[in-house]
Amino acid sequence: MIFTTLSSNVLALFFGEDQPSKAHCNMVTALPWIALFAPLISAISITLFLQRYKQLAVAVSISACALSFVAAVGIYVVDGFPDLRPLNWLNIPGAFTASIGLLIDPLSEVMLLVVTGIGLLIHIYSAGYMKKDAGKARYYAGLSLFMFSMLGIVLADNFFMMFIFWELVGVSSYTLIGHWFGRESAAEAAKKAFIVNRIGDFGYMLGILMLWSAAGTVVFKDLFESDTLAHLAAKPVYLGTAVLLVFFGAVGKSAQVPLHVWLPDAMEGPTPVSALIHAATMVAAGVFMLVRSFPLIEAAPEFAAETILWVGLTTSVLAALMATQQDDIKRVLAYSTLSQLGYMIMAVGLSAPLAAMFHLSTHAFFKALLFLGAGAVIHMLHHEQNIWKMGGLLRKMPVTAGTFLCATLALMGMPLFSGYFSKHELFAAAIHHSPVVFWLVVGIAALTCFYMGRLFIVVFLSQARSAQASHAAEAPLVMSLPLIILTLPTIFSGYDFVLKNFELFLNRAHEKVAVVVDVAGFAAIGLGLGCATILYLNRQADPLHIQLFARRFFIDTFYAIFVRMVHDPLAKLMGWMDRWILDAVVIRGGAMAVWVTGFVLRLLQIGNLQVYALILAGGAATVLFLIILR
Amino acid sequence: MSQSTLPILIFILPLAGTLMIALGLAPRFVAILTTGLMAFCSVALWIAYTLTPGGFQFVFTIPVVSKLDISFKTGVDGLGVLMLFLTSIVSVAAMAIRPGVETRPRLYYICLLLISAGAAGAFSSLDLFFFYSFHELALIPTFLLIGIWGHGNRTTAAWRATIYLGVGSFVLLIGLIAMIFSLSPEARTFDITELLKTKATASLPPETQSWIFLLLLLGFGSLVSLVPFHSWAPHAYASAPAPAAMLHAGVLKKFGLLGLIRVAQPLLPAGAETWLHPLLVLLCLNVVFIGLATVSQRKLDLMLGYSSVMHMGYLFLGIAAWGAGVLGPVGTATLILAHGLSVALLFGLAGEIRSKVGTLEFSETGGLATKLPLLAFFFSLAAFASIGLPGFANFPGELMVFAAGFKAAAGGSDGVAPFHIAVGVALLGVLISAIYMLRAFGSLFLGKPHIRLAPDVRDTCLGNRLVFSLLTIALLLFGFAPGLVTALVAPSIEAIGSFAGTP
Repeated sequence: MIFTTLSSNVLALFFGEDQPSKAHCNMVTALPWIALFAPLISAISITLFLQRYKQLAVAVSISACALSFVAAVGIYVVDGFPDLRPLNWLNIPGAFTASIGLLIDPLSEVMLLVVTGIGLLIHIYSAGYMKKDAGKARYYAGLSLFMFSMLGIVLADNFFMMFIFWELVGVSSYTLIGHWFGRESAAEAAKKAFIVNRIGDFGYMLGILMLWSAAGTVVFKDLFESDTLAHLAAKPVYLGTAVLLVFFGAVGKSAQVPLHVWLPDAMEGPTPVSALIHAATMVAAGVFMLVRSFPLIEAAPEFAAETILWVGLTTSVLAALMATQQDDIKRVLAYSTLSQLGYMIMAVGLSAPLAAMFHLSTHAFFKALLFLGAGAVIHMLHHEQNIWKMGGLLRKMPVTAGTFLCATLALMGMPLFSGYFSKHELFAAAIHHSPVVFWLVVGIAALTCFYMGRLFIVVFLSQARSAQASHAAEAPLVMSLPLIILTLPTIFSGYDFVLKNFELFLNRAHEKVAVVVDVAGFAAIGLGLGCATILYLNRQADPLHIQLFARRFFIDTFYAIFVRMVHDPLAKLMGWMDRWILDAVVIRGGAMAVWVTGFVLRLLQIGNLQVYALILAGGAATVLFLIILR
Repeated sequence: MSQSTLPILIFILPLAGTLMIALGLAPRFVAILTTGLMAFCSVALWIAYTLTPGGFQFVFTIPVVSKLDISFKTGVDGLGVLMLFLTSIVSVAAMAIRPGVETRPRLYYICLLLISAGAAGAFSSLDLFFFYSFHELALIPTFLLIGIWGHGNRTTAAWRATIYLGVGSFVLLIGLIAMIFSLSPEARTFDITELLKTKATASLPPETQSWIFLLLLLGFGSLVSLVPFHSWAPHAYASAPAPAAMLHAGVLKKFGLLGLIRVAQPLLPAGAETWLHPLLVLLCLNVVFIGLATVSQRKLDLMLGYSSVMHMGYLFLGIAAWGAGVLGPVGTATLILAHGLSVALLFGLAGEIRSKVGTLEFSETGGLATKLPLLAFFFSLAAFASIGLPGFANFPGELMVFAAGFKAAAGGSDGVAPFHIAVGVALLGVLISAIYMLRAFGSLFLGKPHIRLAPDVRDTCLGNRLVFSLLTIALLLFGFAPGLVTALVAPSIEAIGSFAGTP
């Protein structure tokens, strides 16, 4: 009896008073829940039971991801997805509601496919890359936890839920960057990533709370209703501030200036992790979140969008310049990721969320491919990451080189590759805004072609520059197969059938743009690639030495100095103040009183702690007693 | 035996335990047994408690001093059920955790049981006299535990705590007596429910309310380590044996918060109004000033001590935001539970690290995760719980508190209200706590090993694994289903609020 009331109470806790009927539970509505929770179950079961059964852990994690992928395909195929019933997570009637609800619309459908598709390939690839790693089970638990958290962000139907998964993504990223925790640098990088992200989250939470207290809801569907938006827009400065604070969350997660410093360091993690989390999906979560909340940005005053635009553009320019002088293959790609993320953020600022989302999807595929290719090179060269110790790998690793070339061309925006289409959209958005922005965007594209040309030439062409490079061999099938599969979307994801889907969710017509866009694009490719060829073909060492770029504009140095010179001393000062000033005033004063009391009591020849404590209680009781008998 | 004695049973059990130990039964066994029964009873109490009307249930009264209307009155509302649950869970963990002690185990476990009994007694008392006295009963063994079985500079730490908490309790006592004696003789009673019902104190002149509230705030506040009355806490917790730190920081300290929620705030609404802004300033200092002081610590035990002071800022914020409805105090209640469990877990882990490694200095440790992977795993969970990661109970609590702060701010005029600033500052704490917790975790467990462990050191033993799992599972349970707590607590807070018409 008690059990049934208890269980119905517990059900009521999550579902509210009317319990779910059969009508709510059919296969279709179960799909998103399956996609979301399969990786969680995998993460939990690996952590609790499968630490010692490594192969089984790998199998469980891969199948969970495959299940999510199948569910994502199912969701994509089903037309007119029914509304889903949210679960109560925290509900105080009349005061506060935060629920776990899933929102299925074209935006989340596409993102689901991108995340689970790339996720699945990287799960498989990792089986080869991490074959001999002792912590393989822990690694796969981390990957599954990441899939769960990322899918939570994609499916969230309200800001609170998105924030929950936003934080969880941070944790899974922490555990995966710090996978080789015995290395100080990996442990440091993991900590840095988490803390820098938390700086962004501070603003994000503040922004969400501002929206919540003004609109009374943070459910996207209700928040984006025209009445609510009009109500919010009535206080433009308030709304603008809230939007910028929410944007600050994206600055952290998508590693924009000034919070970009964690991403290059995050390359300390295993390369498949860099591909999945720090190139394709997690870092794009900030862009996704901005696209999701685009109606708010639109309703906010001009300064919000302008800020977003310029933050993105600055990041993009600085990161592209830094990328030209990096010698670590993963770091080149990391700065390139920063630069491309800046592009996407900029597109949101240009009121072109469609372009941002489009570039996010194409970039996710080709950047994941680039990282996996880099991973194959690093793996076959016994963990050599310096590009000047590579060279001539085209003949030794033809599959890797070929797929890498496809991805490089896509990133450059070469026609026929997916990147061409999405960059075209960005250019079009930029030219509508102002010439300055447009020419900056074109300049970044030229820089992109330059550093990618440099990378490909130095790594795959020329002669081998080290013993490892001259003895390299093609990667095993479990690693090269994902490369080959990823080449398909790298080429084709820009074509019309995907585009059609994008137009659904924003109802924006695809405008025809001036010829100048195409011409500028080609010029950028020609310029960048030409310079790279002239400078780097058949070179033994880098002819350019630009300290400013190589040392990353000294931003990291500045932060290190800031932490050492300001933050730590401030903390020390507070600790010191606490110990000496507050103690001196309060305690030493008290100690004086105690000393006097002690002196008096010593006359009574009692001096141990127990007796004092008893006297204290006794004294209190006496006072009370005297008052009572008054 | 009627059901209404259930709360009494919960605090009689550990008292009976002390008696059994005194009579010569095996102390550790008795301690675990009686607190285990306590935990069973408190879960039963939670299930038996009727959620929907809320309010005080299981009320049991024996008149003691009829002239002053002092009676031995026990009973629980939702908040009381929650506090008793917390007490018994942390008690079991504290009794069962290893290493225990070698010297004078009888007295040791008697002291620990007395803390549990005192805390449970205070949380189930509905009479101010017993509410206060039970807490005093629990304080004395805390000082003994620090003074006799403590580490490092234990005598100074014990002294400091004794003076601070002694003076704090004394101020509190004066405040309580002043409150009751400023009422007209016919309205005078020590019965909390009666005071809430008659609203007699709320009609006191605002000046009277104001200075009485100040006394109560200082009294309760120094028990909960409100800045600047916190200096006792870090050193006391650093020196205390692990179970004592678990019980005091996890459970007993929350007495002051219960007092604010159940007594000071609802009974003296005008007083609370007057001191609202100073309280906001102090709680911000708790978060940022103590937070930064926490960052500067170089030793795990002191760092945990400071961090538990820092986290109290959030709990005060929830209470301060009561003006905007139940959300704030409900958040505080959730945090009481969450912080109690997580800080007990952290102190338990610190105790085990100390016994295994021999030091808690960050500069001397490192890379422990290779040798002690399970301990590292539990520590990472505890650290993430304590920095308010979703999935653990701390997150919903903090979310509610921050949201309540914003609600309280929106109630006023446009522009930036004091509450906006308070929430903004308190949110900084989320960042600060991430900094020190991850620093601590990193320098203890990650990187290269700096210290050579004795060859016989093994990863955490089965008994401790169970203890840590118990606390972790509880944290996860209430993190995934915070509705369990809010459904229990919200109606009671609503009732307390409507009794006395909170500000």
